[in-house]
Amino acid sequence: MSAAGFMGRALSTAGLWLGFASAASAAWELNMPVGVTEITRETYQLHMLILGVCVVIGIIVFGAMIYSIFAHRKSRGRDASQFTHSTKVEVIWTTIPFAILVAMAIPSAGTLIRIEDTRASDIDILVTGYQWKWHYDYQDEGVAFFSNLARPSNVARRLRSGVDPFTVDNYLLDVDQPLVVPAGKKVRLHLTSSDVLHAWWVPELSGKRDAIPGFINEIWFQTDQIGTYRGQCAELCGRDHAFMPIVVEVVSEENYASWLDERREAPARAAARAGGVEDAAPQQWTLETLMAKGEETYMATCVACHQADGQGIPPMFPSLVDSAVVKGGVGEHIDVVLNGRPGTAMQAFGPQLGDAELAAVVTYVRNAWGLDSGDVIVPDDIAAARAGEAETAVAGRTDVGRASARHAPAE
Amino acid sequence: MASKDLDSTDRLEQLREGEHHGPDSGIKRWLFTTNHKDIGTLYLVFSLLMFFIGGAMAMVIRAELFQPGLQLVEPDFFNQMTTMHALVMIFGAVMPAFVGLANWMIPLMIGAPDMALPRLNNWSFWILPFAFTLLLSTLFLPGGAPAAGWTMYPPLVLQTGNAFPFMIFAIHLMGASSIMGSINIIVTILNLRAPGMTLLKMPLFVWSWLITAYLLIAVMPVLAGAVTMLLTDHYFNTSFFRAAGGGDPVMFQHIFWFFGHPEVYIMILPAFGIISHVIPTFARKPLFGYAAMVYATASIAFLSFIVWSHHMFTVGMPLAGNLFFMFATMLIAVPTGVKVFNWVATMWRGAMTFETPMLFALAFLFLFTIGGFSGLMLAIVPADFQYHDTYFVVAHFHYVLVPGAIFGIMAGVYYWMPKWTGNMYNETLGKLHFWLSAIFVNVLFFPQHFLGLAGMPRRIADYATQFADFNMVSSVGAFAFGASQLIFLYLIYDCVRGGRKATAKVWDRPTGLEWSVPSPAPYHTFETPPDVTYVDTAHGSHGAYH
Amino acid sequence: MAHAHHGYYVPHGSRWPFIGSIGLFAIMFGASLWLADLAPGQWLLLAGVVILLVMLVGWFGTVIGESERGIYNQQVDRSFRLAMMWFIFSEVMFFAAFFGALFYARQLALPWLGGQGTEFFTGLMLWEGFEPAWPSDGPGALGGEYGIMSAWGLPALNTAILLSSGVTVTIAHHALQTDKRAVLTVFLAATFVLGFLFVGLQAYEYLHAFRELNLNLGTGIYGSTFFMLTGFHGMHVTLGAIMLVVIWARCLKGHFTPNHHFAFEAVAWYWHFVDVVWLGLFIFVYWL
Ligand code: HEA
Ligand code: HEA
Ligand code: HEC
Ligand code: CUA
Ligand SMILES: [Cu+2]
Repeated sequence: MSAAGFMGRALSTAGLWLGFASAASAAWELNMPVGVTEITRETYQLHMLILGVCVVIGIIVFGAMIYSIFAHRKSRGRDASQFTHSTKVEVIWTTIPFAILVAMAIPSAGTLIRIEDTRASDIDILVTGYQWKWHYDYQDEGVAFFSNLARPSNVARRLRSGVDPFTVDNYLLDVDQPLVVPAGKKVRLHLTSSDVLHAWWVPELSGKRDAIPGFINEIWFQTDQIGTYRGQCAELCGRDHAFMPIVVEVVSEENYASWLDERREAPARAAARAGGVEDAAPQQWTLETLMAKGEETYMATCVACHQADGQGIPPMFPSLVDSAVVKGGVGEHIDVVLNGRPGTAMQAFGPQLGDAELAAVVTYVRNAWGLDSGDVIVPDDIAAARAGEAETAVAGRTDVGRASARHAPAE
Repeated sequence: MASKDLDSTDRLEQLREGEHHGPDSGIKRWLFTTNHKDIGTLYLVFSLLMFFIGGAMAMVIRAELFQPGLQLVEPDFFNQMTTMHALVMIFGAVMPAFVGLANWMIPLMIGAPDMALPRLNNWSFWILPFAFTLLLSTLFLPGGAPAAGWTMYPPLVLQTGNAFPFMIFAIHLMGASSIMGSINIIVTILNLRAPGMTLLKMPLFVWSWLITAYLLIAVMPVLAGAVTMLLTDHYFNTSFFRAAGGGDPVMFQHIFWFFGHPEVYIMILPAFGIISHVIPTFARKPLFGYAAMVYATASIAFLSFIVWSHHMFTVGMPLAGNLFFMFATMLIAVPTGVKVFNWVATMWRGAMTFETPMLFALAFLFLFTIGGFSGLMLAIVPADFQYHDTYFVVAHFHYVLVPGAIFGIMAGVYYWMPKWTGNMYNETLGKLHFWLSAIFVNVLFFPQHFLGLAGMPRRIADYATQFADFNMVSSVGAFAFGASQLIFLYLIYDCVRGGRKATAKVWDRPTGLEWSVPSPAPYHTFETPPDVTYVDTAHGSHGAYH
Repeated sequence: MAHAHHGYYVPHGSRWPFIGSIGLFAIMFGASLWLADLAPGQWLLLAGVVILLVMLVGWFGTVIGESERGIYNQQVDRSFRLAMMWFIFSEVMFFAAFFGALFYARQLALPWLGGQGTEFFTGLMLWEGFEPAWPSDGPGALGGEYGIMSAWGLPALNTAILLSSGVTVTIAHHALQTDKRAVLTVFLAATFVLGFLFVGLQAYEYLHAFRELNLNLGTGIYGSTFFMLTGFHGMHVTLGAIMLVVIWARCLKGHFTPNHHFAFEAVAWYWHFVDVVWLGLFIFVYWL
């Protein structure tokens, strides 16, 4: 533990923080993390400063009160004085706090100005919040991907899942694909959202900033300390707000470069990561393989809203079992899943999932829960739907965040 | 039917005859009453009910948060509980409690025969139960209650299902009720004071309510406007909060907090007023710095209009905006400090005794100040970038709301209950209620500071394992605090039923007109206004006749 | 003051407020059921409106009766006046919310969406090519092609109408104070006729907007602010005009004396208030 951290702990336990807090052990985290950037360190110092000011004022005020409670009680045979005012002390206790506040305001403003200086960045990443995952798009690198809650946490967090959270590594604070950035570079994030408000926050790297649909906010950090840093979405964004963590891996520049190469190698690979069997020949797809894969995709992607039994949570999240779309033509069904319903939580999954996954999940939905339509949708159907749409699309879909941010709030 | 020929003063006498009959019997008394004491009672009972409903929701929240993992409720239901808990506590428990106290006490304190507009008074109250029926009925709708937080931020709130219009209209009704209640209070204070009671001789509870009512009239319509825009964005295709149409989701936050920040002072200023009566009475010493108290309250109210964006430091406002709102927010510590110092100075060299109202007042003084300190910390923008939307904020506002507003109300209830019922409450039970509440409120909320600093966001149904320990402590505190409130319930029942008879003065040496009428206060008081030109009505305790 | 206090009229119970609460509840509950598509709540809503109207007639009837019987002393009168002033203040704040939205959208949100100020990247990355200018239906061009409501046609005429109605109501007031009843009734009638004329023209303007300009609530932020502000104002004018009719009927019945006519003044204040709001609308919604 750093000296400042220790000071903080001592101060917080000793002063204002009375009573049982002193029973604190290492597991009982008491204070704000110091973090690994210049800004978080400054913020921490500000926090300790203002806390210290409050503790000192508290000691004086509470000291006076406690003294008075013991000394000026009737049971001590006191007779009450009858003074009613004193302009002199009124002036004193108006001006001294004012002076203290001015003294506090100056360093706070300084830090704030430094935080807001987002210029001269080395790396720019467009970060888009979705219900309930993050999308990262490295602006100059042609690398983009979604970052979801990691599988083990996602299983354990279901109501009465029977899994003890303590047995899951980094429960709720782990993702399938972390944001990877190089040490020593000024990383600037451009935050926006495709649906509702979210907030991007990794306490050890920076403060939080809201992701607002239709607007871009900036936030930046820069650290030399290689490591993994965890945080969470910090603005209520609906049902699974607790389940959209953020993980940032700060790596050496070489590792960053090789990571980029790996990501860039084949855009197909990115889709394949999710698809897995993407390059398998079409004739290999049977209802069974599609159903198996579809169930997997459904449980990872759709279940949060439409629920494991397909019943949804009406009226917010419609039942798929009773859905006219699901029972209707395949074309419209694919269209809904591919493009979403703008302005609702039903987002466009076209940019998020590979053709195989989409085919599988649509097949699954049409055949699960006793629907048994027998429809088999193969990846080529999805590809065809995408192609048909590309002709009519206005905005290019090279940039996921841009396209969806533009469309989401519309209509 | 207008009998113009009848001499109007005769008519008046005839009508006034009716008044002396006292209350109607049965349910009609409560449904149709225009009597400020009856209406005050209605408000207080309603508020107690809402406190328990809102508290029960808080118990669900704390039970789910008892350990990591989801054990009891779906996250969506959890969010509904959080949202409804806050709406019920704020609009159902705290505000009506203060209005109830105002109804009972303001006419008694200023020597008025009743509230200025008695029929309107009845309406202000009776809208409320209906408004909450509307709001609470959403719990039983398919899709459940609103779940976007009490702040109702779009676009999330626009995803609300069936509950959406119910929530909006419930808020409209609550707003209408508050506005009418506030108009009544202002008019009563401005127009019905006893002869000789100049503005600067008004008791501080009256002063604080005058200012609170002003705040209410200024901001409740703004909230009504904000939720109306939500309604049209949802159903009528407008784009106030939609970027594609040229609107901005953040605009809602600005309008909401223009209401919301004054609202939090609405929930504390009347408590300040109560404390300013209780401390002098039990210190047997006049309130210190009366005029400074009045000016400080007015300054807080003024400042409350220009600090709203401190709730939205993280939305990406321009630097100048964040700086301005940081400085303005910090300034509020000055007048609030003046109040705290004046209360301490009132205690200083007094002759204190520690009956239950005084105990609650002292706990208020300690714990509200702690809540104020954390508020000041939140005002420091760079630090708020870390604190915002974490349990540190939750800890802050519960410190100012529970041991602040709620303890203030409790102090007032204990202080005036003998005047209302004519009986002394059971002091032993009162002290027990106090000590359990005071201890467990800290067990409940203090650890939340640590949780927030360690990085636990608010409004989450499930959390990472490193937050487990303090959450468990907090939940235990919550259950114990909640259970302690059952003592309060029993104590009220007990006091209404009987007990040692209270004298007119009730306490040792209080001053103020409310202590000049018998206990229980008769159904009609001050039909002829008292002349208070030579009476000290300002300082809350005897001494200092000048 | 000591004497003024004596005889402050305190009614003994009234059923009207409770009935009013039931009416409001029926309206709100009905509207909610209707909007949420849960049940045909429009009938409940309608019932609520009827209950509310009955309540208003009953409550005001009682108050008018009491007033005419001379039960209200000067202090009661002052209570009414203060209450009306504060009520109007609350209305001002209600409109302030919508004006605030208008100013915010024009001065902040739209420029930001266009990438001005600190929102450079918003313009660059999300809404490339969007040039903010007022009026606007936003970078998404919601609602399609639309026309702009010009200030110098009907709106200017409406301004003249409303301003002259402010004059006529003042003349009527002076007539009341100097006990010239004939002038009073004529000018009061003129006032509400002008009021209803305004409402009629406003309705015509809306039809024009819907039909010819393709301008409606869905026309981005311009349509939203335009219709919300003018719509709520129109509702207030309608209400005010109805109140004027009531007052006029009371004048015909011989109510009010030169120095005891609170109801008249309350309505007149209210009328001036909608007048002033209109000036704000004319300047910021139609003109600038
Ligand atoms: C009764 C209600 C109440 C009161 C009185 C206050 C009082 C204050 N509040 Fe609080 N606040 C809330 C209720 C209240 N608040 C609520 C409900 C929220 C959350 C809403 C939500 O998001 O859901 C909130 C949130 C909130 C935030 C936003 C946090 C965030 O979301 O990131 C901020 C930020 O500035 C803040 C600041 C303050 C300040 C500076 C005061 C000041 O008024 C405090 C002043 C008092 C003192 C400072 C103590 C006494 C003074 C002295 C002893 C003098 C000397 C002291 C010094 C010079 C240090 N509050
Ligand atoms: C005046 C307002 C007020 C009051 C009095 C309270 C009182 C309490 N509050 Fe609340 N609270 C808010 C206003 C208030 N709160 C607001 C504004 C929010 C923010 C909402 C949002 O994010 O949108 C919030 C949010 C909030 C949260 C955060 C939820 C989240 O972020 O998801 C929590 C969690 O612990 C909490 C807990 C409590 C508890 C335990 C009490 C206790 O003090 C309650 C004690 C009372 C009782 C328990 C009732 C009486 C007893 C019984 C019913 C008997 C049965 C009980 C037992 C058998 C144990 N509140
Ligand atoms: C974030 C929540 C969410 C997720 C995740 C989600 N949906 Fe939806 N879905 C919705 C909502 C909300 C609607 C209703 C949209 C509307 O109101 O038109 C919907 C509608 C649909 C419909 C149309 C139903 C109808 O009758 O109109 C289909 C089909 C569908 N979703 C399939 C899927 C599939 C397949 C997935 C996973 C790949 C998925 N959804 C993931 C929220 C979600
Ligand atoms: Cu995303 Cu909370
Ligand atoms: Cu605030």
